[in-house]
Amino acid sequence: MTEAKPGWRELPFGAVPYKPSLEYHTGDWGVERPDFDLEKCTRCTLCHFYCPEGAIGFDAGYPEVDLRFCKGCGICANECPVEAIRMVRKG
Amino acid sequence: MREQRLLGLNGDEAAAYAIKQVNPDVVAAYPITPQTIIVERFSEYVADGLVDTEFVAVESEHSAMSCCIGAAAAGARAFTATAANGLALMWEMLYIAASLRLPIVMAVVNRALSAPINIHNDHSDSMGARDSGWIQIYCENSQEVYDACVEAWRIGEHLDVQLPVMVCLDGFTLSHTMENVQTLSDEAVREFVGERPYIKVQGHLGEAEFRLDPENPLTMGPLDLYDFYFEHKMHQVEAMEKALKAMPQVDEEYAELSGRGYQLLHPYEMEDAEVALIGLGSTMGTVRYVVDRLRRRGVKAGMMKMRVFRPFPAEQLIELLKDVEVVGVLDKAMSFGAPGGPLYEELRTIFYDAGRQPLIVDYVYGLGGRDTPPRLIEEAFEGLMEAKRRGEVVERLNFLGVRW
Repeated sequence: MTEAKPGWRELPFGAVPYKPSLEYHTGDWGVERPDFDLEKCTRCTLCHFYCPEGAIGFDAGYPEVDLRFCKGCGICANECPVEAIRMVRKG
Repeated sequence: MREQRLLGLNGDEAAAYAIKQVNPDVVAAYPITPQTIIVERFSEYVADGLVDTEFVAVESEHSAMSCCIGAAAAGARAFTATAANGLALMWEMLYIAASLRLPIVMAVVNRALSAPINIHNDHSDSMGARDSGWIQIYCENSQEVYDACVEAWRIGEHLDVQLPVMVCLDGFTLSHTMENVQTLSDEAVREFVGERPYIKVQGHLGEAEFRLDPENPLTMGPLDLYDFYFEHKMHQVEAMEKALKAMPQVDEEYAELSGRGYQLLHPYEMEDAEVALIGLGSTMGTVRYVVDRLRRRGVKAGMMKMRVFRPFPAEQLIELLKDVEVVGVLDKAMSFGAPGGPLYEELRTIFYDAGRQPLIVDYVYGLGGRDTPPRLIEEAFEGLMEAKRRGEVVERLNFLGVRW
């Protein structure tokens, strides 16, 4: 609640958000983040598809997490078939 | 004025026929007595290729309204129809349709809510939905049903309004009673309703039409907590206020086309009325008949028919009723535990600080379709005249036509 928020007459109509979700960094809700063991990773991409936030992308075929949007839920670690993901404290 | 064709239609058929002429993109509905004829007739129009509508035979009313919300959010014109328990099952979606500002049109064929189960007419279903953010139009006869089902699109889609509209018609009394209905040509109706206009909003990639379009993405109604929800509710407050102005504009245009203008309120014999009844829906036809009879006997009786309950035309009502000595309210729904029926409460509220006010008496009547013949309306008028003689109201809340 630090920023000054627009009044009702300035807000877009129809409950359309006044800024896109890309500008709303939900990653700061989370306590943990995934830590990838690239030695074990088989590049199967399951973590990417299971991530409910779409926060896992790829760098040269290996997973990479966008911490601006990772809420630390641990679904990727749970689903990884080769146990290449470990959840660690953020920060 | 355009040429018209006289058809014999009951209220449900009048609704279905008007919607056929409007040719909406999507109709999603689930049949429920006494609304069933609307869905049956309309699915025949679909089967016969008379409309281009995508008809979705959903598995419940909750799905019907959800489907209309999805369609309207994508920019389509969407229609549904329901009654009583069906409307109750839609409940959460009603609020979502209104707060997402989707101009869906729905015919509500008014029927009593269970229990005990009852298929006949009262207004307990739509009166319960009065706070959901929908515009509510109440019809007196099949002609009004037809006209409202054409006009509703222009009202809901008006750029100052953008709200869903309920067209309420009394179950059986209107829905299953055949009457003469003047109908416009398909061309005249399509010309009148035109294409659905969209308001412009800021989407994720800049200015966009207010509809879900993959080419121009935007998000509708995501999480909105204590820091924004209240502001969005203010938009709805404003839209209802603007609807009070927009409705007469649309109506004027419709009157030019059809010769039938409706406005928000219909005063009858009110110029010098000392006692008057106010109410909604088909019963007002009976009241008009009784007013004529009383006038012949020299009683200065009048009637105020409300066509529109949401938005509530407060200022106009004060102006039209302030000089009447006693006003009786006909409420075809009861708010249990409340001081009176919904119309009574609102009428008394607007007069609290109006400076000059009539005595106001509530008559809850017709629950579960209990017959309301002229004799009962006369009984209500007698009560009003008694209050006028005494200069005070003895019983504020009365139940008309119940056995003691």
